[in-house]
Amino acid sequence: MASDRLENVFLTNLTAAANWCRKNSLWPMPFATACCGIELMATGASRHDLARFGAEVFRFSPRQCDLMIVAGRVVMKMLPVLQRIWLQMPDPKWCISMGACASSGGVFDTYSVVQGIDRFIPVDMYVPGCPPRPEQLIQGIIDLQERIQRRGTFNGPSLQGTVSMSDLPNYRPLPTVTPL
Amino acid sequence: MESTESSALASSASSHEATLNKLHERFGPAALPVSHFRSDGRVTCPQDRIGELLAFLRTDCGFDLLVDITAVDYIEYGGSRDRFAVIYSLTATTTGERLIVKVFLNEPDLVVPSVVSIWNGANWLEREVFDMFGVRFDGHPDLRRILMPDEFAAYPLRKDYPLRGRGERHNFPVIGRGES
Repeated sequence: MASDRLENVFLTNLTAAANWCRKNSLWPMPFATACCGIELMATGASRHDLARFGAEVFRFSPRQCDLMIVAGRVVMKMLPVLQRIWLQMPDPKWCISMGACASSGGVFDTYSVVQGIDRFIPVDMYVPGCPPRPEQLIQGIIDLQERIQRRGTFNGPSLQGTVSMSDLPNYRPLPTVTPL
Repeated sequence: MESTESSALASSASSHEATLNKLHERFGPAALPVSHFRSDGRVTCPQDRIGELLAFLRTDCGFDLLVDITAVDYIEYGGSRDRFAVIYSLTATTTGERLIVKVFLNEPDLVVPSVVSIWNGANWLEREVFDMFGVRFDGHPDLRRILMPDEFAAYPLRKDYPLRGRGERHNFPVIGRGES
């Protein structure tokens, strides 16, 4: 019996264990304002099945969420709402900016459209595309999970300070260009 | 089906003639220049008689449906003498007849009487024209901005307003990582 018990024991630290729990039970807050929201719904639905990655529990109350997915363009009147919802989410929390509009304003370079939500709230992961396919969003969530495991802390906000691109698991550095 | 449609068109055309005769009888042909495009008539009205004309169209000519109110900024439009036009699109649901009523406006006198008391549906339409062009509707029960935030200081569909705005879209507090 004693040897059986030893086989079922492994040693780790509390931070790694907490990060492992958190990354595999992300609860997304769907802030879906445009066509990216349709892809977000498809990601959660049966064909693409976000449940495989432990992030299928979409909640419409920010108090119950720890991953904000901003899917679509954000206009002037919506931004205070977005900020309030972000502040209402309990720590530790993460944010994915899904698609061209949330990340940069996209083609909507007009007076009322915010040119990228990262000007006003923190963003951990950008998913490119217009709109991104569900596979791309899933890749973004997998990358975020990887980053939570590596950089998360047991207490306090998980991603303090600046985030380095080299933390991404599939990061390849751009070739450096020397000025003439 | 075709015969029904063509007879409806014929009755629309005959009632159209009747409407124009009525209008010219009441207001005089000089006051209301008329033009035609396909089966629709357009009436241009002087600013000081627009309220009277629209009330007359509703009570005596059977235009029971206000389809839309919109406006045009003619600031860079070749050959135009006036800055703005407010355009009313009317339909008589009993005959299918349609009529476009246009009134030209110039600064600083951008005021037309509200038609909310004639067609209740004009409420939000007039608020939108006010929001986008700054045309005031005298007698409107609640003339506030409808799309832009209340504190917005410009009229964005005027052609002298820059497409990218004057920085309003960047005028928000920035929420950092540590705030929650």
